[in-house]
Amino acid sequence: MTIDWTHFTPWASLAGGIVLGLASALFILVNGRILGISGILGGLLAPKQGDWGWRAAFLLGMLAAPSTLAWVAPPGLISAPRIDAGYAAVVVAGLLVGYGTRLGSGCTSGHGVCGMSRLSPRSLVATGTFMAAGFAMVYVIRHLF
Amino acid sequence: MTRTTASRLSEFIVGLLFGWGLLISGMTDPGKVIGFLDLAGSWDPSLALVMGGAIAVGFFAFGMAKKRTRNFFGGALHLPTSRDIDKRLLLGALLFGAGWGLAGFCPGPGIVSMAAGQPKAVLFVVAMLAGMLVFEWLDRLGRRTLTSV
Repeated sequence: MTIDWTHFTPWASLAGGIVLGLASALFILVNGRILGISGILGGLLAPKQGDWGWRAAFLLGMLAAPSTLAWVAPPGLISAPRIDAGYAAVVVAGLLVGYGTRLGSGCTSGHGVCGMSRLSPRSLVATGTFMAAGFAMVYVIRHLF
Repeated sequence: MTRTTASRLSEFIVGLLFGWGLLISGMTDPGKVIGFLDLAGSWDPSLALVMGGAIAVGFFAFGMAKKRTRNFFGGALHLPTSRDIDKRLLLGALLFGAGWGLAGFCPGPGIVSMAAGQPKAVLFVVAMLAGMLVFEWLDRLGRRTLTSV
């Protein structure tokens, strides 16, 4: 293993992580909800009476993030995304992520941040499993083909 | 302002803050995510700091939440109660991780990148919602089959 020093952004990533932690903290303490994106979306797809307003409000906030951050952030803070995957791979990835996160009751936010913060054994196992699957998939794509 | 309006406004602000966090941290850059998942190649450790920073703050917040019964607005505190480590959890996490490694998008960054106008992120989110709907459909079908037996 070699470290990719050119793309390593320790300060921005640590600062962004702290912001993600603050958002998760506010959501549980102020709104009484777990900040898990796949769960919030899943509940919007199968809406129950009185249980969709908070999900919609949160989602609208997320959708407003790129344009509002562009007003206040110094230029160069947000780097242009590099998307190597082709259109077919993106579709397969979306299907796997959508189905998998609902079956496993969580994704990087619900299990990875909130569950790990709660020291939940269930989320620890889920996070270890999806990270291992991610490592394996990238190994197959980048080093076997 | 009514309590419901204040709740909706605070949920919107938390969503906004979370989106900002994803953008600042680099999670919305699939190249960065795959750089982190590529242990055998040139490894970008940034995402470990994202997780570390988020969990460091979350640890204290959830420690506080466990001692409370009500949220700030006086409503319920919805902490997860499920503790089962079962086939659904493991298979779900495996499929999710495979999809995450394939394109470098997880649900939150997919949504934020879609809002930033990335065509591939739009396609990713549409496919992700389709995958979620397939789950809802199969799950309901499975439950109906179980109850009819």
